[in-house]
Amino acid sequence: MNKTWLIIQREYTSRVKNKRFLMLTFLMPLLIVGLIAASAYFSVTGVEYRKIAVIDPNGYIKTSLKNTNQISFSFPEKVDTSNYVEKGYTDILILPQFEKGTKSDYILRSKKSMGLMLQESISNRINSAIEDQMLQDAGIQQNILDSIHKASQVAELKAYEDKGSSSKESNAGLAMGIGYASGLLIYMTMFIYGAMVMRGVMEEKTNRIAEVIISSVKPFELMMGKIIGIGAVGLTQFLLWIVLIISLTSVAMGFLPADIQHQVSTLQQSNGQMAGGMMQASESAMKIYNFQHTISTANWPLIIGCFIFYFVGGYLFYAALFAAVGSTVNEDPQDAQSLMFPITMPLIFSYIITNMVTQNPNTPIAFWASIIPFSSPMVMMARVAYGVPSAVSYWELALSMLCLVAGFIFTTWLSGRIYRTGILLYGKKVTWKIMFKWAFKKA
Amino acid sequence: MDALLSLQNLKKYYATQKAVDDISFDIERGSIFGLLGPNGAGKTTLLRMITGIFYPDSGNILLDGVPFNPMVDIEKIGYMPEERGMYKKMKIGEQALYLAQLKGMSKAEATEKIKYWFKKFEMESWWNKKVEDLSKGMSQKLQFVITVLHEPKLIILDEPFSGLDPLNANLIKDEIYALAKKGSTIIFSTHRMEQVEEICDHIVLVNLGKKILDGSVAGIKQQFKENNFSIEIKAGAGLSSNSIFTIISEAASKYLIKINEGHSVNNVLQHIIEQKIELIGFNEVLPSLNEIFIKLVEGTHAGARAFQKI
Repeated sequence: MNKTWLIIQREYTSRVKNKRFLMLTFLMPLLIVGLIAASAYFSVTGVEYRKIAVIDPNGYIKTSLKNTNQISFSFPEKVDTSNYVEKGYTDILILPQFEKGTKSDYILRSKKSMGLMLQESISNRINSAIEDQMLQDAGIQQNILDSIHKASQVAELKAYEDKGSSSKESNAGLAMGIGYASGLLIYMTMFIYGAMVMRGVMEEKTNRIAEVIISSVKPFELMMGKIIGIGAVGLTQFLLWIVLIISLTSVAMGFLPADIQHQVSTLQQSNGQMAGGMMQASESAMKIYNFQHTISTANWPLIIGCFIFYFVGGYLFYAALFAAVGSTVNEDPQDAQSLMFPITMPLIFSYIITNMVTQNPNTPIAFWASIIPFSSPMVMMARVAYGVPSAVSYWELALSMLCLVAGFIFTTWLSGRIYRTGILLYGKKVTWKIMFKWAFKKA
Repeated sequence: MDALLSLQNLKKYYATQKAVDDISFDIERGSIFGLLGPNGAGKTTLLRMITGIFYPDSGNILLDGVPFNPMVDIEKIGYMPEERGMYKKMKIGEQALYLAQLKGMSKAEATEKIKYWFKKFEMESWWNKKVEDLSKGMSQKLQFVITVLHEPKLIILDEPFSGLDPLNANLIKDEIYALAKKGSTIIFSTHRMEQVEEICDHIVLVNLGKKILDGSVAGIKQQFKENNFSIEIKAGAGLSSNSIFTIISEAASKYLIKINEGHSVNNVLQHIIEQKIELIGFNEVLPSLNEIFIKLVEGTHAGARAFQKI
């Protein structure tokens, strides 16, 4: 045990002291924030404007068709399909003669092709214009219609979970986001740290230092020391990221104008209601409050606890397999590629399931995938984000955790046996069949 | 005999060959022991069993008269394998410290020992360098230091001189003698027979997984002598083969002869005196270990064994 501790120390310090680790740790959050900011920027500035000429033979929707901030409709005279570009229009929309009870098409012609979103929004506009026109035909006045439209937007869906006597606000969007993010994070780290274990084992083997070390410690101690040491590096990285994100957010909050900060804290105290007599909260203060409020609806201690458990469990499960593969590779790194395939397949498959589960956390496939240790670290995280016990019952969580623990004990045992033989064997091409033999031969 | 290490009927079979097939021998405390054999004879497997890396399929290993227990006894052994490696990116001092601690030394003790050896081998300036900056011979020296650092009772050296210049080879050789004098037992595995003749007290030759020779270097040479003698006579006179001896080769007035069966050295001398030939030199020629090795191993198809089925 003492020697395993020495190996853990070496594996840990040699990696944490490495410049690449520091760069990855401090640049990754900046990179993520930068990517989000960049995509937000481009989604604002990258909008395209369309000026559409509408040919409406009987002026059916002329009064009810409304512009959006991206699309402007106009009803010019003497514009047709041959000259709309010269007249300064991007597209031309030709409406049919509407007749009651018959379905008919309207035609859009453009020089530049149109994105799906834009097409959908044009079609929505026209359909609602037709609907409005029909309502007016039925005798409803335009001003009444407008007031109904306005009034109908006051209600918003708020979902609550029932927990015994009390109920708690739930937010499916947030749950999906958390589930997706933690699933992705576990998926990425399995690959990054699993491959790191494999490379470390290969380095020891091709360097021929393995034999020197194995004459001092047992192969299993060397393998476990490496796996635990690198796992600790991963945990350190997560910890640093969390600290970095929290401190970056609080720094960002500090830059907000003082009156908005004050309004936000008032909103927090009064549970979202501005006390009578006080000034109305500004829109940005309201947004910040809503964001904070949404974030606070999640059960963070549970999610973080589960995340750490599934990260560690999943890591141990896969890292052992990666170590076994590393121990069988000779000089040629290409051998590693083909041997890695059976490990990467379930990882990729689990990731795909995770994407499905973030939207539907309670399908049978979600249940099974969150119990089987190959996929449970990712899939169960996606389900846990929806809440325990509302989406995942306690027994399911317990069973999943138990299976994962049993799973990594099994893979560690299996890999230990493969590693023991593989690490000292040179010049022989190893297949999964041979590895299987090593794992189950006696003594 | 006071045996430090005693192997009894060791066997280790792989799927395709009997790597070690019923080998027994003793190694005397404080001796320098040569383990010889052609490539693929089973030497490395044997050494790995002695170092606790492999478990024998059957048989016993006794260290100091008690059964070898890898968990404890591993720290009494220093093993320098033939294929040597280091962490290329790790600093040399830290690496030596790490490997010494894995052998059970405390950090302070290990630091002290490393400093002592580095000073002795003029390696003090290496501490903060990386292994990738060392030449092959230099890393060989480092490897030797790491092997003997924890003062093991049993030191196993597999081809310790390969890649060393004569100066450094002598440095290591002197250390090997000094360590043996202090009471360490040394197992020395090599293909270089002249080194074995020079250094070893006792040898064992293995081939095809079996022990085929076991004895002291002098004893084995006696055992394999072929009654060959070298004779030098005064120029001008001539010798020819006769019923007493056969001439194997001649150069100027130096002859290599083989005494025929039933005759003795005295018969030869008597013959020369009777012929009135003036004798300048007369010596027994013992076979070199190299010749004995080749004689015993040649024709056994040792090389073909790796791909045979049992």
